[in-house]
Amino acid sequence: MSRYYSKDHEWLEIDNNVGIVGITDYAQHQLGDITYVELPEVGTEIKQFSIFCTIESVKAASDVYAPVSGKIIEVNSRLENEPEIINKSPEEEGWIVKVEISDTSELKNLMDKASYENYIKELD
Amino acid sequence: MQNLKSTPLEAEHIKLKAKMVPFGGWNMPIQYESIIEEHMQCRKSVALFDTCHMGEFYFKGDLVNTNIEMAFSFKIGTINVGKCRYGLILNERGGIVDDCIVYRLSADELMMVVNAGTKDNDFNVIKSVLKGNFVFEDRSETTSKLDVQGPFSRDLLRKYFPGIIDELKYFSFTKSSLMDQEVILSRTGYTGELGFEIYMPSIICVDVWNDLLKDEKIKPAGLGARDLLRLEMGYPLYGNDLDEDTTPLEADLSYFVHFDKDFVGKEALLKQKEANLEKIRVGFVCDSRRAPRHNYRIFKDGMDIGYVTSGGFSPSLGKGIGMGYVKPQYSSENTALELSQDRVKIKAVIEKIPFYKNGSLRK
Repeated sequence: MSRYYSKDHEWLEIDNNVGIVGITDYAQHQLGDITYVELPEVGTEIKQFSIFCTIESVKAASDVYAPVSGKIIEVNSRLENEPEIINKSPEEEGWIVKVEISDTSELKNLMDKASYENYIKELD
Repeated sequence: MQNLKSTPLEAEHIKLKAKMVPFGGWNMPIQYESIIEEHMQCRKSVALFDTCHMGEFYFKGDLVNTNIEMAFSFKIGTINVGKCRYGLILNERGGIVDDCIVYRLSADELMMVVNAGTKDNDFNVIKSVLKGNFVFEDRSETTSKLDVQGPFSRDLLRKYFPGIIDELKYFSFTKSSLMDQEVILSRTGYTGELGFEIYMPSIICVDVWNDLLKDEKIKPAGLGARDLLRLEMGYPLYGNDLDEDTTPLEADLSYFVHFDKDFVGKEALLKQKEANLEKIRVGFVCDSRRAPRHNYRIFKDGMDIGYVTSGGFSPSLGKGIGMGYVKPQYSSENTALELSQDRVKIKAVIEKIPFYKNGSLRK
């Protein structure tokens, strides 16, 4: 299994052709207390770097972008009533969707952990 | 970047790792760690707010001969010494210039507490109606204010103000001393909880702040929590819910308008009373955790009937809540609304404010 990161602060964990998607610890820090997650429906086709979900924090609503294209095969329904899981465990329990990846060549548009860490250092 | 003003506590906020944001021309803490935790801290224990950015004016003069009544929608002369009163400053059109609290310091002395962003304009508006002999000064620069709010605030402050704190009634104040300086302690706040505001010379503000925080019952809270606390109580925020194009009748603040005296804007309000209002402020509760935001449109059966002026997630209710203006024929309780902007659509129902009813405000 390997993990990729997008410039929009999503992470993607790959296991065969299934990807688990969430937002990074950096992103949840920026958002602050998360109060609502508008989950997409299972079966929805998503496109790399297009909006697939909205997360609301106390301060604002923010869009979440798909790190890869594919079909959503599962959503983390725990987030409906406990969206704060994303604050507590953004890169584990606070995953958002599972995606059947349609084009693995898109992974080259993402960063590995080290590159992402450098990237957020530059943002601060 | 605009030139932001700093309160005496800016360095303390930064030490506490607060996230700082511009507010009313000031660099203020929006949160230290978590807005929701700071909100709950205030509802369950005690929260400490830096409100040094707010404006304090001092007035001395004969209340009748200086025409001071004209500057306020509410009666000044009937405020007893030691009491304070909430109300509005209006323009000729009846529009709200600011909301404020007036403290009766003595027979001929007042303190007026106004919002940060409107302070200079408020000062000019009030001054423009004054006549004869008076002293009217903006003392905001030398006055600091800390708000201690929450059900245990009285217990916590008792060691600083023994005796008097237990006698202080809601919307009353007293002069006292703290760190060898004269201060004003008032039982006021904008959170819906039992709470006190301490007005002090700015030189002691940092020491008072740090001393208060030694007690483990109290934690600092930022503007984010403050906004949610006031929203749960249905208290309007100037700039969001109130502005110069909105009258107290529209804002549902008629209670704070005393028509049996003269004041700037009275004629316009009397005329408006005769005609039909075009909009009125209402509160609504959403059917989900999703929060409406400022400027969302309000629909009723597909018809655009108004707009949201304040909205957020209510930690106490676990739902989105908000306030806004609708056409009066759609303002009755239990009216089903749809709040919308772009892709977002939220179902909501008009409810009576306050949304949060278990506050310790009057305990």
